Amino acid sequence: MNSLNNQNFKTLLKKTEFEHHLKNFTLNFGPQHPAAHGVLRLVLELQGEVVIKADPHIGLLHRGTEKLIEHKTVMQALPYFDRLDYVSMMAQEHTFSLAVEKLANIPVSVNVQVSRVLFYELTRILNHLLAIGCHAMDVGAMTPFLWAFEEREKLMCFYERVSGARMHAAFVRPGGLSYDLPQDLLVDIRNFAFKFTECVANIEDMLTGNRIWKERLIDIGVITASDALNWGFSGVLLRSAGISWDLRKNMPYDVYDKLNFDVPVGTKGDCYDRYLLRIEEMIQSVRLINQLLDLLENLPNENQKSTNKILSNKAFMEDLIEHFKVSTGLLKLKSGETYTATEAPKGEFGVYLIGNSTEIPYRCKIKAPGFGHLQFLNEMCQGYLLADVVTIIGTQDIVFGEIDR
Amino acid sequence: MIKFSFIKIYKTKKLVKKFSQNFCSIIPAVFTQNLNNELTYIVHKKNLLFTLSCLKSHIKFQYKILSCISGVDFLETTLNKFYRFSIVYDLLSLVYNTRVRVKIFLNELSLISSSTKVFINANWWEREVWDMYGIWFENHPDLRRILTDYGFDGFPLRKDFPLVGYFEVAYDLKKKRIISKPCEFSQEFRNFTFENSWK
Repeated sequence: MNSLNNQNFKTLLKKTEFEHHLKNFTLNFGPQHPAAHGVLRLVLELQGEVVIKADPHIGLLHRGTEKLIEHKTVMQALPYFDRLDYVSMMAQEHTFSLAVEKLANIPVSVNVQVSRVLFYELTRILNHLLAIGCHAMDVGAMTPFLWAFEEREKLMCFYERVSGARMHAAFVRPGGLSYDLPQDLLVDIRNFAFKFTECVANIEDMLTGNRIWKERLIDIGVITASDALNWGFSGVLLRSAGISWDLRKNMPYDVYDKLNFDVPVGTKGDCYDRYLLRIEEMIQSVRLINQLLDLLENLPNENQKSTNKILSNKAFMEDLIEHFKVSTGLLKLKSGETYTATEAPKGEFGVYLIGNSTEIPYRCKIKAPGFGHLQFLNEMCQGYLLADVVTIIGTQDIVFGEIDR
Repeated sequence: MIKFSFIKIYKTKKLVKKFSQNFCSIIPAVFTQNLNNELTYIVHKKNLLFTLSCLKSHIKFQYKILSCISGVDFLETTLNKFYRFSIVYDLLSLVYNTRVRVKIFLNELSLISSSTKVFINANWWEREVWDMYGIWFENHPDLRRILTDYGFDGFPLRKDFPLVGYFEVAYDLKKKRIISKPCEFSQEFRNFTFENSWK
């Protein structure tokens, strides 16, 4: 440099080399960020404040559930399903139980089916309350979060009363339930369902017409119908794109074909649509719960006992022996395979189970809805601002227990 | 009072039969299975992409949604003599309200082509199969490991991979950082597959 005077230096460089080359800014989002809903590490490439690329790094909560299940009996494998999506616990137990029942040819009584579906719908409310509450908090509204968690507390009390555990219930078992429902529980659930609509109305009052909420959500994270199909979406994300698809309606399992409910469908596919869908699904769940309670109360007496042959009531010694036999490996999967999917609150939760005539599943693949949704995050965020990434993660309703397995 | 019946899984039986007849005439399926009334087609790995794209686009099938891709390791079974792995594609048709399963069998060394060109969302599912089983997909846009730790070695869902793994991570007080060291257990792993006396 010293040997060159100013004029020489200018002539040496070409014109293009005078231009500025701006490098995009790469930002590491998470894994400890509260808006990342767990342990999502997102490597964002930003141009100013606009997201160009989002590369999700997952697996920080990988616990090898599928490998562990290959070493456990069916009954031992069941509690792992609570720990996948830890805000909709019984939904996953239910799916696994259905898969095992299919492979082991276990008939299930009506009462069990109704009780299961009852708790399935309670779980849906449990999940959507968290989804909406946390989403609102990510976007900046604190109050709905507190209201939602108050209701979640009540729901978890129902969990506790049937299973003894507030979250990881292990209540739905292959062949039945772990215990009969307590007598006074139904009355309390009915009371809850009656009052719960008020809570939903409160949340709606706070958010639905709120200007800030609308500005943050409308036209953010738009999903088109073809995107939704191509990326294999399910659940609320698929329905928000205008495709009416609900496994409870289209491939009914248990008693869903006997029940009356509507499936809300979105029109624009943006975050605001998905928020409205979740609100409406909670209201539909309340409707379902009321019908299910009616069914349970009107069942003939001989069906009142929930637990069936393979998991008998433990009131007599013979029953206890029977129960011990089953839990120590009399429940055998026949050799064969099944892909059983149910409409979990987050979308289609599937279990691909292979049995080989032993009590241990040979292979148990878990299809988590969140895994499929998260891989679309890159496309969904492109062109939006950094602050919208938080909104989009919130609207996808991501829980890392199920994504990382 | 509504009358209930036990679980109905045989509802789609007729439809499944009709579908299988249509299917066989078009797609080079080696073998057809109907387990629990779930349709499974086993195809040669050469014909995989053709099968998938035909299932996706053909007006009679319209399996637009790829639900999931799962790998299976058959090391402990008799099938291992011929093929070690199988890859299973679960497809869903919203129009006809049916599911179908496409299966391919392969060895440790065989290459299969990535299905990302047919189904975009196969991307992460194939990354997972690569991560867990070490099956390489040709022409995959981004075949990195996905669920295991950065710098992980080995393929954990293979049947010859021990449940406890080979390495564990711990905090080293002297080095003041996380280190990974060979696993140490005070007790050997116990597998409770004893003879069942309840027969």
